[in-house]
Amino acid sequence: MRLGFVLREVIAGLSRNLSMVVSIVLVTFISLTFVGTAILLQAQINQMKSYWFDRAQVAVYMCTDFSTLGGCDLQAASADQKIAIEQRLQSATLAPYIDRYYFEDRDQAYANFQDQFADSAVVDLVSPELLPETFWINLVDPEQSDLIFEAISGLPGVESVIDQRSYLDEIFALLNAGSLTAVAVASLMLVAAALLIATTIRLSAFSRRRELAIMRLVGASNRFIQTPFVLEGIVAAAIGAAVASLALWSIVRIFVQGYLTDALPGTVFIGPSDAFATMPLLFATGIGLAIVASYVSITRYLRV
Amino acid sequence: MILFDDVSKMYRGAPKPALNNVSINIGAGAFVFLVGASGSGKSSLLRLILKEERPSSGEIHVLGQDLRRIPSRKVPLFRRSLGVVFQDFRLLPQKTVFDNVAYTLRVIGKSSGFIHEAVPDMLQTVGLAQKAKNYPHELSGGEQQRVAIARAAVNKPAILLADEPTGNLDPATSAGIMNVLSRINASGTTVIMATHDSGIVDQMQRRVIEIAGGRIVRDENEGGYETSAIPLGELDTAPITIITDHSEGISAPTPLKLKNVANPDDVAAAFPWELRA
Repeated sequence: MRLGFVLREVIAGLSRNLSMVVSIVLVTFISLTFVGTAILLQAQINQMKSYWFDRAQVAVYMCTDFSTLGGCDLQAASADQKIAIEQRLQSATLAPYIDRYYFEDRDQAYANFQDQFADSAVVDLVSPELLPETFWINLVDPEQSDLIFEAISGLPGVESVIDQRSYLDEIFALLNAGSLTAVAVASLMLVAAALLIATTIRLSAFSRRRELAIMRLVGASNRFIQTPFVLEGIVAAAIGAAVASLALWSIVRIFVQGYLTDALPGTVFIGPSDAFATMPLLFATGIGLAIVASYVSITRYLRV
Repeated sequence: MILFDDVSKMYRGAPKPALNNVSINIGAGAFVFLVGASGSGKSSLLRLILKEERPSSGEIHVLGQDLRRIPSRKVPLFRRSLGVVFQDFRLLPQKTVFDNVAYTLRVIGKSSGFIHEAVPDMLQTVGLAQKAKNYPHELSGGEQQRVAIARAAVNKPAILLADEPTGNLDPATSAGIMNVLSRINASGTTVIMATHDSGIVDQMQRRVIEIAGGRIVRDENEGGYETSAIPLGELDTAPITIITDHSEGISAPTPLKLKNVANPDDVAAAFPWELRA
């Protein structure tokens, strides 16, 4: 009886303020889509991080006849210098931190270079002499590249020591900025959604003021009076969250899976499962927001 | 049943208190008229009983409960044992007579079975059993007020508060309303009725409490509508002239019947219909 009564009130309230309900749906949809996008961007960043950080190496570039950096002075690194580096890598101080390392000579470097830039004219301009010999080092813990810098970078014959992760950090900084922007837009939109829900509930309460007055007079409990209004907010926000979930799934499915994966085959991308994982959060955010906004609104309206 | 002990009520910004050191004791099953000029404090008294307002000082006990000690979330429960009727009926226009009366029971969670038993019973009591399916706009004023009374009394409240229930009705219709109220009173409900209708008060000969300027100036059993509250200067503007003989004492019945003294300013000013806009 009471449940039926409450549900009828909710439906009546929703249909009476249809235009406001539609605007709540739209605003929560857009704000939650931004929230979801931010989350997916973070998921993408994490995915790339775990993929690349495992593969990222520290490169110790040896001097070539053309390099002026470090202690090179246009002199290619000598065999003794290379042996010294190798001994340093095998020494008791560094060995525990190094998973494995290998030496890449000029010809291998050239072959790799040709592979990498196969379609580019730059291949013709490069000869093996221009490319440095390199020690590629995989660390046990990729965070500890500083150790290699300190131990190696000053040694004779070393042009430079580069942690590949420093390249990745730039990409991640860019993606992070993107997701922060999405979060900022999302929070503004969420504020707008909360205010809109509060206003709609006030309108809804105003259009039912006669009933409310009588309910209070005859002693309907506060919870009983408030529940239909809070449910109204929840229903509207839940619809918005559902549309936002659909939008996120479409973004992943059509844009990421359908376009980006083909366009950038070398990169791992998030899949629909990541989109599904964010959906409960979208619903929780939208519904939580609706509960707070409509409860506060109706409670303030009812306070004499 | 209802006990006011030295109660005062000040409204913010008002120079004078609406009620000033009022003490009343109303027993169970009583029928009490509350008379006095507009703005004398009748409605404030009713609002205090309903716990829509809290007194500025003094103690109010209703149904054995100290109103100051009822936490606000318990107020709804307290109000279930009170019924209220207004001058302007306040029915829900989009609901039938039956649904208007049933609404009270629905919102406090009564079962459908109980509603279908109690509502027709109550409509029978107020003489509207035939009009259960009509809408309020299809009824006369008197019938609408009967619906409002049915709504107030359907939950068998211990106390029925009526704020000028006959204020909008002609004398014959008013008499019908009073019959209904008497019937409800006879079944054990305490009825407190604020009114300006001297004819009714004189005829019923029940307890009369007269308020003027926030003070109780008269409290007599089986009294009439003798009022000293309307100053002579206002007689010109009052709808009907009143002969007031101060030397004769306050208990003498008025020779003139006073009908619908309610002036336009008084209508519904007491209970704001919009709770808060």
